[in-house]
Amino acid sequence: MINYIWLVPVFPLIGFLINGLFGKRMSKHTVSIVGPGSVGLSFAWVLGVFWEYINLPANAKPVEVVIYNWITAGTFNAQAAFLVDPLSLVMLMVVSGVGFLIHIYSVGYMHDDPGFARFFSYLNLFIVNMLILVMANNFLLMFVGWEGVGLCSYLLIGYWYEKQSASDAGKKAFVVNRIGDFGFLVGIFLIFWTFGTVNFREVFGQAAGYPVGDAIITIITLCLFVGATGKSAQIPLYTWLPDAMEGPTPVSALIHAATMVTAGVYMVARCSALYVMAPVSMTVVAVVGLGTAILAASIGLAQNDIKRVLAYSTVSQLGYMFLACGVGAFVAGIFHLMTHAFFKALLFLGSGSVIHGMHGEQDMRKMGYLKGKMPITYAVMLVGTLAIAGIFPFAGFFSKDEILFKALVDGHVGYWAIASLGALMTAFYMFRLIFMTFYGEKRWDPHVHPHESPPVMTIPLIILAILSAVGGFVGIPLLHGWNVFHEFLSPSIAHVAGPEVHHAMSFELIMMFVSMGVAGVGIFLAYKFYIKQPELPEQVTAKVPGVYDLIYNKYYVDELYDATVVEPIRNGSVFLWKEADSKVVDGAINGTASLVERLSAIIRKLETGYVQNYALGILIGVAVITGYYLGR
Amino acid sequence: MVMPITYYLALSCALFAIGVIGVLIRRNAIIIFMCIEMMLNAVNLSLVAFSDYYKAIDGQMLVFFVMVVAAAEVAVGLALIYVIFRNKGTVYVDELNIMKW
Repeated sequence: MINYIWLVPVFPLIGFLINGLFGKRMSKHTVSIVGPGSVGLSFAWVLGVFWEYINLPANAKPVEVVIYNWITAGTFNAQAAFLVDPLSLVMLMVVSGVGFLIHIYSVGYMHDDPGFARFFSYLNLFIVNMLILVMANNFLLMFVGWEGVGLCSYLLIGYWYEKQSASDAGKKAFVVNRIGDFGFLVGIFLIFWTFGTVNFREVFGQAAGYPVGDAIITIITLCLFVGATGKSAQIPLYTWLPDAMEGPTPVSALIHAATMVTAGVYMVARCSALYVMAPVSMTVVAVVGLGTAILAASIGLAQNDIKRVLAYSTVSQLGYMFLACGVGAFVAGIFHLMTHAFFKALLFLGSGSVIHGMHGEQDMRKMGYLKGKMPITYAVMLVGTLAIAGIFPFAGFFSKDEILFKALVDGHVGYWAIASLGALMTAFYMFRLIFMTFYGEKRWDPHVHPHESPPVMTIPLIILAILSAVGGFVGIPLLHGWNVFHEFLSPSIAHVAGPEVHHAMSFELIMMFVSMGVAGVGIFLAYKFYIKQPELPEQVTAKVPGVYDLIYNKYYVDELYDATVVEPIRNGSVFLWKEADSKVVDGAINGTASLVERLSAIIRKLETGYVQNYALGILIGVAVITGYYLGR
Repeated sequence: MVMPITYYLALSCALFAIGVIGVLIRRNAIIIFMCIEMMLNAVNLSLVAFSDYYKAIDGQMLVFFVMVVAAAEVAVGLALIYVIFRNKGTVYVDELNIMKW
């Protein structure tokens, strides 16, 4: 099966073509078989490849499947080839598996939407590109997938394009991503310039020969990280992700939580061999990740839109993944990426189920008391929330604890302290979401009648809830040899040079209890604020109005960008349009045209339109030429 | 008695000149058309004259070609004039200046 790995993206590609070309003429039933079915086939194939891979002898790993030579120009060579190694296999399983569940869920969620087939064709196209991104064996093919998912993200954010805010959000996401993509491209150029190849294994092999801290590798990794900040919504390019919630909720779950936004983390982990050569870049990655984690978590505290809370939570969790990468714990980052894909997809789909049941209401202030009305949704959301808050034994506990622990031992006490504060805020805002949505009094409009979602939506939720509950056990810390995930991934990941440090098991255990305690404090605070004393939040905000306004308005970052970047560029563009384009460029062209017109108006008088005048002209011409030759 | 070639050429030249003047000054498209035919035949005459003078058959062959082409041209030309008359109600070329933009 491994030799036919190219079938994995081909299945959804076929689904995309069928739904995209004939979707309008097919029944919804057919569309809902083709769309999710094609991704299901991919997932099944990936599982087969996975099984085959782990049974391969060690010397046959990793596998590179070359399809054809894509570009050959001079010394430059890029193949259309897929790299099958532990890292890409983990990503493949997450993308196709979670993608499959979200496709099924979408059948229920999008059922009454007129663009049903269009939606599924976009989703399939996204899966194709995401699979190419994670399977590529070189930077250029990865960039193809990278751009492809960006395009699909744009299409799906603006899916309800008749809504002004949705099409604006799509544009914003696209433009902000382009800034990051520019950095990524420059990084690729530098890689080719330095190493003469874009193939992952050749680049990493050569990079190992450079001294640690080499300037060019530092620059390359920083450029690549700029790309990662765009795609994975980190400071300073994170502002597009919250706005991306304008898209349908399954899109938020699939693209803006589980898969696409983790592409940056994947890329950094894939390039771990480069990053470990550049300590400066590692520090930058860690600090940016940490800053994003804490900043987004604090914004999440004060949002009232259920999807926006989750969006900021996603930004914050991505920050944790980068923090992990930045302190050299790439495996922990990927581990958190995987568990986050489970529980954040679950939370988004759960919120979609709430929104579905509430007839499109997204404001948590107008919810409450939904626990009895939507028992399944409530139960799975609670599982997801416990997972993200990091409560044992849910998936998020293992991955987040590993990141916090690595931040403490490989990084800095400061990293750990700030990250723990972020974890506290995470627990607080997530339980705030649960309490505001499912507990308390009814705050809905009288004409809303909340109801549980159909099984086609709840079954994927239940599967994701199970994954969120037990998914963490693949990476049990403490005992060596028990951390299956770590052992499986380690061939793909480079390690920071230095002696392996072993820590006493008791130390790890204590840190686990500390992080559990931190999460517990967050949950308790949320309970006190939103269940015990519902008047407390208002009292607190009244005491520190400035701080609350600052957080509620997201630190005015959007306004800041508008004032410092968007407006100057717009004014500059308007100036160029009005002055340079309208006057100089258009003026030159129009001037040429009117000059020709005026000149030809003079000569035009010769053209009378009478045949005989033309005949006379011919005659005179003949006479002159003949006369010339005769008189010579 | 053998007539000198000069006479033939003079006649041919006169016919050609009449044809040219007719094309240039007459208003009726039919007449202009006839004048064109006259120019063609003036040339035919000189060709035949030269053919006889040089005792070569080539000139006469060429004349047949010219006559065939002229016949075809008449068929097309008369049809055109006929259609123009139907559409415009006139065949006077000074009233037909649609070639000017």
